[in-house]
Amino acid sequence: MPVLWTTALILTLAALGFVMGRARALSLLGSDGSKLHSLPAYHGWSVALATLLPALAALWLWALVQPSLLERQMLHQIGSAAVVEPADAPLMVADIRRVATGLDVLARNGLMAARDIAQIDSTTTDLRGLFAANGVALGSDVPPHILSAAQSYRATEQSAAGIRTALVLALAVIGFGLGLRRVDSQFRARNSVERVVLGLLVLASGIAIATTVGIILSMLVETRSFFQLYDWKAFFFSPDWSPQFHGGSDLGILPLLWGTLYISVIALIVAVPIGLFAAIYLSEYATRRMRATLKPVIEVLAGIPTIVYGLFALATVGPMLRDYFAQPLGLGTSSASVMTAGLVMGIMLIPFVSSLSDDVVSQVPQAMRDGSLALGATKSETIRQVIVPAALPGIVGAVLLAASRAIGETMIVVLGAGAAAKLSLNPFEAMTTITVKIVSQLTGDSDFAAPETLVAFALGLTLFCITLGLNVIALFVVRRYRERYE
Amino acid sequence: MSDIQTPQNSLLRTDARTRQRSAAERRFRAYGVVAIAISLVALATLLVSILSSGLGAFSQSTIQIPVTLSQSVLDKSGTRDPAALRKVTTIGYAKLLNTALTQALAAKGIPTDGLGRKELAGMISKEAPAQIRDMVLANPDLIGSTVSVSVLSGGRIDGYLKGRVTLQSAERDGNVTPRQLQLADAMQDAGLLSRQINWGFLSAPDASDQRPEAAGLGVAILGSLYMMLIVLALALPIGVAASIYLEEFAPKNALTDLIEVNIANLAAVPSIVFGILGLAIFINVAGLPQSAPIVGGLVLTLMTLPTIIISTRASLKAVPPSIRDAALGVGASKMQTVFHHVLPLAAPGILTGAILGLAQALGETAPLLLIGMVAFVRDFPQAPPEGFFDPASALPVQIYNWTQRADPAFTERAWGAIIVLLAFLLIMNIAAVLLRRRYERRW
Repeated sequence: MPVLWTTALILTLAALGFVMGRARALSLLGSDGSKLHSLPAYHGWSVALATLLPALAALWLWALVQPSLLERQMLHQIGSAAVVEPADAPLMVADIRRVATGLDVLARNGLMAARDIAQIDSTTTDLRGLFAANGVALGSDVPPHILSAAQSYRATEQSAAGIRTALVLALAVIGFGLGLRRVDSQFRARNSVERVVLGLLVLASGIAIATTVGIILSMLVETRSFFQLYDWKAFFFSPDWSPQFHGGSDLGILPLLWGTLYISVIALIVAVPIGLFAAIYLSEYATRRMRATLKPVIEVLAGIPTIVYGLFALATVGPMLRDYFAQPLGLGTSSASVMTAGLVMGIMLIPFVSSLSDDVVSQVPQAMRDGSLALGATKSETIRQVIVPAALPGIVGAVLLAASRAIGETMIVVLGAGAAAKLSLNPFEAMTTITVKIVSQLTGDSDFAAPETLVAFALGLTLFCITLGLNVIALFVVRRYRERYE
Repeated sequence: MSDIQTPQNSLLRTDARTRQRSAAERRFRAYGVVAIAISLVALATLLVSILSSGLGAFSQSTIQIPVTLSQSVLDKSGTRDPAALRKVTTIGYAKLLNTALTQALAAKGIPTDGLGRKELAGMISKEAPAQIRDMVLANPDLIGSTVSVSVLSGGRIDGYLKGRVTLQSAERDGNVTPRQLQLADAMQDAGLLSRQINWGFLSAPDASDQRPEAAGLGVAILGSLYMMLIVLALALPIGVAASIYLEEFAPKNALTDLIEVNIANLAAVPSIVFGILGLAIFINVAGLPQSAPIVGGLVLTLMTLPTIIISTRASLKAVPPSIRDAALGVGASKMQTVFHHVLPLAAPGILTGAILGLAQALGETAPLLLIGMVAFVRDFPQAPPEGFFDPASALPVQIYNWTQRADPAFTERAWGAIIVLLAFLLIMNIAAVLLRRRYERRW
């Protein structure tokens, strides 16, 4: 029985358990309503959860573990018939799976009886042609050991599915029975249900940690295999980036790091003054109506997806900069350049800097403003000499967070900055960044185990560490230097 | 009183220093105004750019001609047998269309001397024979009659009507000749060629490089919809559950601190790192199919989770402690307080946060690129739940895909797709604002 049907059956059983548990509790109520410890609904829930949770947990654990166990069995069987290189193992497993799928299709379409399928001889039947006629494509003809492995895979999978269904349904029924038996007037159903719900809540919070652990582990493992194939000193210190399809590539991160930092600096030069001044004007000088209209309008810039900014850079800003600045000044002929990407990224970051600065500036207490004005300072002097220094840690934190956003940005640089990795000071030349190369190395045609593809994981880990470092420093700066008023 | 001269240090006479300070004050104010003006100009330029380049994608030039569906070509046996009808390929239909075009031109008195057969055939889109074939296969009774059809014109002809292609550029272009453009003028005057609203842009699947006129967003919109469903079904329950635990039940110890710092960091991690996570775990380890909405949905769930957790926590914090105390006072347990009293009151804020998180997830491109969603997908995915495992595309990825193609007609379609994406985002944001206004309580 497929997993979906089993799950549906368990859910129905759980619903039935709820109804019966609740009914049983109600029947125990007696003449006055105070004989039960918990409300009848909780008794119903306790039966339902007892049915549901062990069965579903067993089902998911089985589904998680089954593929790797089957794979190991397949490889063991093949290993006795033919020599298998470790690099070929995944391909062989994929082949076996595809042949098994093809046999399934034949059985399902009724083209061959089950007995005949078990006795197919791959040397006499054109399996490849037969499969192709039914929509299953194979890359090459099927050798006998693959065919027998596929047949035993099918057999094992079917029996495993049967055992799984039986086990899970048995667990559900046992849970149902035990849960129902527990229902009596003294049973603390509410406490037990609440304990289970608390456990589920803790599990949900654990997913957040699991995500971070997953990110770090997945990148670490592949980065380790990368550094086994390529020297780490060359990766971190070589100024050349030129991956070759046939090996012998130069994979140095320095040109990518330079491009990333250059574009981020230009983006911050655009975003920080504009964002800061906009925030200061809106919070100090603007009337309430002006602020209520203008603030959401500037926030619109934050809600636009980055692919839109990317296309804007590619199709509008790039050619404009090239035609009016780069070509007349003789600085470059490319429409994709550091300046294009930096400018557009700066526009994207304006609302980010503006809203974060606005928050910090409005947290400075009014007493400081009043005191400064009372001493005779003008409004701008108050802002420049009292408010901004007081809000400075928050503003620095905002700038660091904006920098972290700029460094991690992908689509604007993919479309607006070009793919040439070079170390140059000319902002009107095309330079590429770490994120662009991650995308290009992972969506290219190279073999997954080659250093050219694995370098993307090393780049990703470097990027993650840089942005994490910036975020932690921002948090630290804000916490350590923030003035506490009253 | 005698005339008192204004003394030196009077407030009625501004000295140089005060004038300097006032000027500095005016300049500072002006900087603020300039900063806001620059932001508004940038936004305006962006919007004007989008609308001027993208609105053209919603109209498409079509040719309206009567086509004789002659039985001798389409159904030689005369039995209307579906299998036999299917054997007639688009080549046969293309011949019919070319004949129909020549006849229509002759009927309107438009001279076609000097135009080769290929040039005449090039006026009609290569997708058009497939259109007619689908029409006939759906309704075989049409064979033998003459129907008036509206078929897409060729990509370059469409570009001519929209101003992208000119007579000068046609001389250097390998796909169109100036004679074809002059014929297009004549056809327009005669009423055979016109621009119509292109509903196929929203419903048709993507098309190959030679047929930009037939490319559409159907598969992309469906794929994005599936992914949003998965994100809603997974991120909302898990996010709310995690927030409830962290806000109400978690003891204040080092482990909880770690979880909180973790979530704040995850919210600031670049989206491409989530793409790497998706590739390494969901595709390599778990073996899920590439380019499937399930993988995209799972990756986007992980990305949206921190946003939902942060906004839910803010909503839960906003419920005043008096509500909790009152519930505990009448004998509710902690869990009952949270689920029966606090959560319903925080619900509007939670929903608003969820809608905004979804809107953010809709526009993400980078993680989807890494899980293989750049694939050119021609078939619509099936209905859920099997459809979650079929290959599909997504709106932002389709936009990216189209910008990478050489034909400028695809760039126009990319701008049009951006208009569609922004329309969806606008709807979602307005829904969130309305929800907030209608249901939010100020304590």
